[in-house]
Amino acid sequence: MSLDGETAMQRDRATTIFEKGAPGRRAYEPPPLDVPERPLDELIPPHLRRREPARLPEVSEPELVRHYVRLSRRNFDLDSGFYPLGSCTMKHNPRLHERVAALPGNARLHPLTDPERAQGALELMWRLERALAEIAGLPHVSLQPSAGSHGELAGVLLTRAYHADRGDQRHKVLTPDTAHGTNPATVTMAGYEVVKVGTDDRGGVDIDDLRAKADGDVACLMLTNPNTLGLFDANIEEIARIVHGVGGVVYYDGANLNAVMGISRPGDMGFDIVHFNLHKSFTQPHGGGGPGSGPIAVSDAIEPYLPRPVIVRHGGSEGNGSGVEFDLDYERPKSIGRLRGFQGNYGCFVRAYAYICSLGAAGLRDVSETAVLNANYLLARLRQLGVTELLPPAYERLCMHEFVLSGAPMKHELGIRTLDLAKRLLDYGYHPPTVYFPLLVEEALLIEPTETETRQTLDDFAQAVAEILREAREDPELARNAPYTTPVRRLDEATAAKHPVLRQAL
Amino acid sequence: MSRYTAVTDVDRAAMLETIGVASVGELFGEIPDSVRLGRALELPAGLGEAEVYAHLRALAALNRCTEEEVSFLGAGMYDHYVPAVIDMLLGRSEFLTPYTPYQPEISQGGLQVMFEYQTAICELTGMDVSNASVYEGPSALAAAGYLARLTNGRPRFVVSRGVHPHARETLRTLSAGYGTTVEEVPLTAGVTDASAWAAQIDETVGAVFVAQPNFLGAVEDLAPLIAAAREHGALVVCSADPLSLGILEAPGSLGVDVCVGEGQTLGNRLDFGGPSFGFFAVRDEHVRRMPGRVAGETHDVDGRRGFVLTLQTREQHIRREKATSNICTAQALNALAGVVYLAWLGRRGLPELAELMVRRAAYAREALLAIDGVSAVHAQPVVREFAVSLGLPDLASVRRVIARCSAERVIPGYALGRDYPEYADGLLVAITEQRSRADIDGLADVLSRALAAERAATTTGGASA
Repeated sequence: MSLDGETAMQRDRATTIFEKGAPGRRAYEPPPLDVPERPLDELIPPHLRRREPARLPEVSEPELVRHYVRLSRRNFDLDSGFYPLGSCTMKHNPRLHERVAALPGNARLHPLTDPERAQGALELMWRLERALAEIAGLPHVSLQPSAGSHGELAGVLLTRAYHADRGDQRHKVLTPDTAHGTNPATVTMAGYEVVKVGTDDRGGVDIDDLRAKADGDVACLMLTNPNTLGLFDANIEEIARIVHGVGGVVYYDGANLNAVMGISRPGDMGFDIVHFNLHKSFTQPHGGGGPGSGPIAVSDAIEPYLPRPVIVRHGGSEGNGSGVEFDLDYERPKSIGRLRGFQGNYGCFVRAYAYICSLGAAGLRDVSETAVLNANYLLARLRQLGVTELLPPAYERLCMHEFVLSGAPMKHELGIRTLDLAKRLLDYGYHPPTVYFPLLVEEALLIEPTETETRQTLDDFAQAVAEILREAREDPELARNAPYTTPVRRLDEATAAKHPVLRQAL
Repeated sequence: MSRYTAVTDVDRAAMLETIGVASVGELFGEIPDSVRLGRALELPAGLGEAEVYAHLRALAALNRCTEEEVSFLGAGMYDHYVPAVIDMLLGRSEFLTPYTPYQPEISQGGLQVMFEYQTAICELTGMDVSNASVYEGPSALAAAGYLARLTNGRPRFVVSRGVHPHARETLRTLSAGYGTTVEEVPLTAGVTDASAWAAQIDETVGAVFVAQPNFLGAVEDLAPLIAAAREHGALVVCSADPLSLGILEAPGSLGVDVCVGEGQTLGNRLDFGGPSFGFFAVRDEHVRRMPGRVAGETHDVDGRRGFVLTLQTREQHIRREKATSNICTAQALNALAGVVYLAWLGRRGLPELAELMVRRAAYAREALLAIDGVSAVHAQPVVREFAVSLGLPDLASVRRVIARCSAERVIPGYALGRDYPEYADGLLVAITEQRSRADIDGLADVLSRALAAERAATTTGGASA
């Protein structure tokens, strides 16, 4: 393979910012000292002071910029290519959102600004809460959690507070065996025991298994619908009935909300608590691994326990005497308390709210319809091209916004694994789908195209997968050793874990 | 079709034919009628880009931000200057739009940023290992509690009242889940009461929590606090302000087990409280119980240097219910701002900035203490922030004084009374490098007049009542 100029540059030996620069170089110049220069010993006694300065880089601004711009070019990103990473909803990030989030009234607003002087921010949060409540079909919202897993933790802690308030000690939380890993981890952090529920032969919750395990010791069932197989569980009302029947709470993991916005609401399905991922369904850019935001919506029964403070709107004549319309209420005696500092990831709220304003009810419904259309179309194209003979869908059904293929026949017949297919896709200019999840499916490939991709992109991707299988039939080594064109090739992860080097030696 | 989707009528017809269904509605056939919404969501109709911008701009205009006022608000987030290079770099698609680097071959930029960030945090804190970021400061402190729980399972936590009130409350919220109690140690003369601290710690205490500097701005003498905890085998968690570590001894050098903190001051804007990032760094012996992503150095099949996510056997997607944390999405973009900011400040710039704050804060402290009625809440050394008592009867009167100052576009600080009833007339004042001597002189003038006016109003009110 020949390397073009761009790739050659990306393939420079990696040097860190700590290996650049020279003593005395700097990008920052402090303002002149405009107050008396009192001896430091008078101000902070020597025994409390640092003996050695932190060995930070010494670089000029041009060096700094070049270093990080070059690093950026060693990243694949959503703006330059298709990113069908299942369960992550890699949809387009509108740039309008960056502009409005950066307005000084948002970006330079101190979180402890008196509510009277932050009415715009509080109104925005209140409006976003109302919109999310309507989308969820549940009346109360807290924007505080910082990501989906944080929202899950909030949800399970709310469940605990709800039962405790009724003097009801429960110990178990049910999670399907298809659940995201965050669900069981959350359950343990909240002090509960995980009980797994099986999956039936259509990919839904095994109702008999659920009935057998649902008893008076079950605090909660955590469920994603559509689930991580990309399938809608048509038994959802029965599932909710069973759990409610034993006094349990039903929790909705909103990771897959992109499939059902404006079509079906978790609250109407019977869920009591829902978390949203503003960085999935509502376009907060993923940032290479955050920031995210994980608001929760809850029923009346759960509302008293919501994290504090909550945003309140005072009516015209009532009010609390403070004279403000939107306010923060800390007086919440049954609240589980705070989950973090201040009011949450406000910058993410601005972006999500702008998105909802842009789309409105019809646009949100169009998002879900198109996401589901795109996923089914991509699956159909893969079928037409014969790909599914080697990578069959885990379940022969229409899918929702994503679908799972199994690479087991491919592994058996061509001798290449799902990992090899994923690595070869890198050479074709694609970010691979999620691999080896859900765990239930052998050699799993979880594909979520999202609504923002064109038909042409889906056609091209399907063609690329077909081409990789064709190549592999001739020479499986090609995929086994891929990628070839990336800034680095396959990396030795075993050594990295066995002999961890987690910082630059200085 | 919206402006963010691209399926035309022609596309749709062709796509449905390929799928083999007659309508989009058929694709949703699995959803029972009984759980279908059957109406449109009750939301305002969608708007064009310019209209959305105008609406959001109008809302933002209702906020009074630090660009329009001279603000001395701090209490956990601070109005430091964010250099332009950060806006430029964070706006690059290559950093802004990818997700967690699951495919290292095409994510070397983000992974190397994490590695550099981890290095910078270790240098700053004096710790052995840093993860690649957690949500923010208070939840980072609470996450350290869970690490202690996994380490020794002891039933009690002891926390200094100098720890940020939000962090104490978050620790309490999260520890309620796994059943560890949280007890507070009071402050004496503005710092953690060392004898009460020592008296409260025994073999049932899993971890102790202290802040440097503490919420009142006071620099704690950490060494004796750490010694008292280690004597009983309790883990020591220190929440540190990263810029203050430009001048204060690194907690790692003093032997803390976990050093956490709020990263907002490192190149992140205020954003009404988030997103920022939390840092989380540990001694080597705790690395296998550390939460969150961590990047490590390795090489590829051709021997080329590269970086990967590593030590993943701690994490939820592998270990599930036995994971050290449920965290996955953290704050990668904000942590990028953090490492760029530290490189921008540089080895010399960081202590220079810290020393500037120390000297300006000392000047401001003297200026405010010279005002009639104002006295010190404590006389401890401070870096950026200090607390004064306004000589007023209650929190309500402090709020009125703040309102009077605000009317002149000076925000004098944060009223301590809600979080600390014991300092009911306390005011916490933060001096970043963006507040000049002239700003400080202006604050002294405005505050002194506001206090005089408040006293006059109260006297008059009292006389007439």
